[in-house]
Amino acid sequence: MSWRTRAARGVGRPSRAALALLWLALVFLVGPFAVVFIAGFSGDETLAFPPRSWSMRWVLHVFTVDSFQRSFVTSIAVGVGSTLGALALGVPVAYALSRNLVPRVAGPELVRTLLTLPLIVPGIIVGLALLNHMVLLYNLPVLASLLVGHTALLVPYAVRVVGASLANLRTDIDDAAVTLGATPMQAFTKVVLPNIRGGIAAAAVLAFITSFNQVPVSLFLTGPGISTLPIEMMSYMETSYDPSIAALSTLLVLMTIAVVAVTEKLLGISRYV
Amino acid sequence: MSDLRLHDLTLGYGKAGSPAAVQGLNLQVPSGQLVSLLGPSGCGKTTTMRAVAGLLPLRAGRIVLGGQDVSQLPAHRRDIGLVFQSYALFPHLSAWDNVAFGLRLRRVAQAELQQRVDEALASVGLQTFAARMPAQLSGGQQQRVALARAMVIRPRLLLLDEPLSNLDASLRLEMRAEVRRLQRALRITMLYVTHDQDEALALSDRVVVMREGRIEQDATPADLFTRPATPFVARFMGYENLLPVQQGALRGAGVAWPMPGLPAAVTHLAWRPSAVPVVAAAGAGTPGQVEGQIHGQVRARSYLGETVEYLVATPLGAIKGIAAPDAPWLEGDIVGVLLDPARAAHITGALP
Repeated sequence: MSWRTRAARGVGRPSRAALALLWLALVFLVGPFAVVFIAGFSGDETLAFPPRSWSMRWVLHVFTVDSFQRSFVTSIAVGVGSTLGALALGVPVAYALSRNLVPRVAGPELVRTLLTLPLIVPGIIVGLALLNHMVLLYNLPVLASLLVGHTALLVPYAVRVVGASLANLRTDIDDAAVTLGATPMQAFTKVVLPNIRGGIAAAAVLAFITSFNQVPVSLFLTGPGISTLPIEMMSYMETSYDPSIAALSTLLVLMTIAVVAVTEKLLGISRYV
Repeated sequence: MSDLRLHDLTLGYGKAGSPAAVQGLNLQVPSGQLVSLLGPSGCGKTTTMRAVAGLLPLRAGRIVLGGQDVSQLPAHRRDIGLVFQSYALFPHLSAWDNVAFGLRLRRVAQAELQQRVDEALASVGLQTFAARMPAQLSGGQQQRVALARAMVIRPRLLLLDEPLSNLDASLRLEMRAEVRRLQRALRITMLYVTHDQDEALALSDRVVVMREGRIEQDATPADLFTRPATPFVARFMGYENLLPVQQGALRGAGVAWPMPGLPAAVTHLAWRPSAVPVVAAAGAGTPGQVEGQIHGQVRARSYLGETVEYLVATPLGAIKGIAAPDAPWLEGDIVGVLLDPARAAHITGALP
């Protein structure tokens, strides 16, 4: 409900102070991005704000840096893979929780708590734990441990977002499907799944973006030759101070906005997040 | 259509040791008949229905459908239709596709599927609404779609769980007639769950009154209405005056009111308010006096149009009776009530 319709209903027009606060908050949120965005189109040799000259050279340069290309592909692969993994694990868990299928012995509350742990425990600690476990103990290859690590991080998102959309769905439609002759699996695929598509898409977008931007866990799990884009950007900044990082950041933000905008347009995901 | 028999059914939720929701239930629904499970919420009627549908595992007992023991058969292979109180339509499918759902699972050929779905929608008067989504249908229309969806698979038995309780009063009467018409026309064996005694009496061949997981009485609507077997059924059927009989008399505070010629087995007498005339107090008109009538003080008077209903405080307890609409007595007046054993339901307490 916009404030205009609220005003029409007599709730009242926001005060000048409230509007000022709103603008301040927006500037605070969008400001840093604006700086990066502008710096990305700099023609200078080093990163500076405001730029003294303008050009597309750093935007184009980004595409020629070999390490960016390779790590971009890695990030996409890890993002897609861990998102699919998190959905494969998270959707059944969310369904079991919403339909009270988790045995009392296991304790639905315990399951819920365990699933929020990766959201609460600092990423550095999760990364260290995963390093100890997967790399040092099982000697997993870099890509595999990245996939497993990110999947573990993303499962809570999948469970919560899909769970929110399951909570909006009547539970008796599963029973209705079963009495009409559907196996429990068919009831899930033919009746439940089509009704939570939006929630699953929202979970997928959120999970992918989370994986794509992930730094602390990846920091521990990346190794020689294989790195994700954010990690590669950090190490690039340690040696170079040219505006290509700003240009790359601009491109990434635009890509993220495009993904969210398209899925919002197609599925209206903002209801679930 | 098949007949349904429940043998010593015991049901419960949670662990095996927790209290049973239904205990040792025996029940029979003859083929082509409509039997109602009637009772207040928590009496086990919906639990029983879910178990018959296969949605709740049995603790003990057997469910036999058309001579076949289906106790261990999974729900999706029982061929039992279920109409939900909440309709439970699939929100992502049109009315037509909702009805087609069960036939598609049975891999019915396209031409036959088309015909049967169209017929089912026509039978509930919804052929012109086939393309609508559930959200675009009214409550009554949704319930009709749910009915068509459950019937189109030609189930061996159709279960209805309070199907009309979410509808408004006039629509409820209309749908009640509709259910009866379809049941009669198609000779569908139906088990109908409701907490509304009018609905149960109007629809059923037999009514099974349940209370706390057990059957109180299993009778025809007429028997239930005129000869309730237990005090609980009597109250449920509108016998608001229910008085215990001790040694052939009604007894109250210091008063005995003999009921001559009463069979020894009778434990209670029950009168509807309409069977208890309220009259002018005979004799001195003191509270508690017994002069062929029992005296009491008017506590409440409500005008019902054709009659006036009085609530009278007597030594036997509060009695509800009626008088002609021009009856003069007001709250506080002493009146007489006539408790005629010939007009009472005789309750023996024993199950039939």
